[in-house]
Amino acid sequence: MTGRPLSSLETVLLGLAGLCAFVGLWTLLSVTGIVPRQFLPTPLDVATRMIQLLSSPFAGATLPMHLASSFQRYAYGVVLAALIGVPLGLLMGWFRLLDDIVTPIFDGLRFIAPIAWVPFAALWFGTGIGGPVMIIFAGAFPPCLINAYRGARFVEPRLIEAGRMLGTPNARMILEVLLPAAVPSIIAGLRVSAGLGWQSLVGAELIVAAAGVGFMMVQAQGSVQTATVMVGMVAIGLVGMLIDVLLRQGEGWLRRRRGLEA
Amino acid sequence: MASVGSRRTMIGLATLAGLIVLWFLLTTVTGLVTGARFPSPSEFWTSLTQISGRGYAGASLATHALHSLKLVAMGFSFAVLTGIPLGLWMGWSRRVEAFVNPIFLIIRPIPPLAWIPLAILWLGLGDAAKVMVIWFSAFVPSVINAFTGVRNIERPVIEAMQMLGTPRWRMIREVIVPAASPMIFTGLRLSLQASWTTLVAAELVGALVGVGFVLNMAQQDIYPGMILVGMITVGILGWATTMLLGWAERRALAWNVAARD
Repeated sequence: MTGRPLSSLETVLLGLAGLCAFVGLWTLLSVTGIVPRQFLPTPLDVATRMIQLLSSPFAGATLPMHLASSFQRYAYGVVLAALIGVPLGLLMGWFRLLDDIVTPIFDGLRFIAPIAWVPFAALWFGTGIGGPVMIIFAGAFPPCLINAYRGARFVEPRLIEAGRMLGTPNARMILEVLLPAAVPSIIAGLRVSAGLGWQSLVGAELIVAAAGVGFMMVQAQGSVQTATVMVGMVAIGLVGMLIDVLLRQGEGWLRRRRGLEA
Repeated sequence: MASVGSRRTMIGLATLAGLIVLWFLLTTVTGLVTGARFPSPSEFWTSLTQISGRGYAGASLATHALHSLKLVAMGFSFAVLTGIPLGLWMGWSRRVEAFVNPIFLIIRPIPPLAWIPLAILWLGLGDAAKVMVIWFSAFVPSVINAFTGVRNIERPVIEAMQMLGTPRWRMIREVIVPAASPMIFTGLRLSLQASWTTLVAAELVGALVGVGFVLNMAQQDIYPGMILVGMITVGILGWATTMLLGWAERRALAWNVAARD
């Protein structure tokens, strides 16, 4: 029933039961050979492989090295998206004409999955660092723009009226009224961007890259090393989670500092 | 209000016209952007007629597009048919929630695209692998939103039903599902978007037919005209399916005043 909340003991026990069922079923399928072990290694196999990969290289680099090169591209792409998306969003929130011009273009492009930019990205910027960065950018850009725009567009009219009455110039209006008011919305957008950028990175590396976790997974897939593929999935999941936790912390800190409820 | 709307439309149309003129100027007229980087309008037209008529990458554009559409429809339907009941059940029963949640917490951070290599290892380059990854990517938003939808139902509504001794199945059919449906549709929109992204990625990694495969071949042939055709096709398919879902939502939620705004 939706009614009574469970006691914490019940929650923990049921949660453990769920995890045991999941891991148990997985191990059982693999150990009994219902699914060949080459295609479904046991959780222990995956963990062992992960420890191995920390020091021994696969596809030209160890796991930390692959992660480092993935992360570098990721950081470039997301930072670029924020640096272009946020100011453009604010400007669109202030200048109606810009809004009217950019919004239809943006709406048209929105339906093209970011990953569909891969061929042009490879053609324009190569498969080294530029191509993947462009795809991450394509994934991370929309939330940056949309949230900055919404934040700026829905600023309390009183603030804008007061600013207007005092004859505030456009630049100061954007920097000192719209930007601060839009910060919570912008931060929320950045968090979404960070997640989508990480998604796109994985896609980009599966298709065009010569290093990185995604590349490692494709190589492992080619040589039927399922354990290594799974290590890649776990590593991607962990880093993605870490990014999200850090950004949530940052968001909470910023909100507290501005005296908003967390 | 009407004048504001028409102003927007006018500027939108002007922008579109401006972009097309700019495209002509940069490629055909001045040659600032060469055909090796971005196709000129005539190159785009040639590619479009080629793939519509003789075909490209083994089939005509319609065949590729319909194949992709079929895979998305299958993966999306599987995800919705499994995800929504699970989400409703998790919302209904705290025990189920406590049991399933930790498994979810482990699997959720792995982006759907990261399942592609594993799906190919397990199921090969054919349709089954694609349906599996689409299912995966669309499953999570379906579950989460159905779950949230049930949890957001106001307690007094449920308590009143219980007090009146409403049988369980009637309660689910007449209270839980309708009350959760606005949230469920939000989840479906996210699921649909995720489905297209995943499908295109999966087809780019490996396929024998489909829009992603067209993009892949065009990339390898360094054929910018065909790349543009592929991208526009992806956009149109995404747009059309989103419109279809929006239409279904308006019909299903016609009773919901809040959704009409």
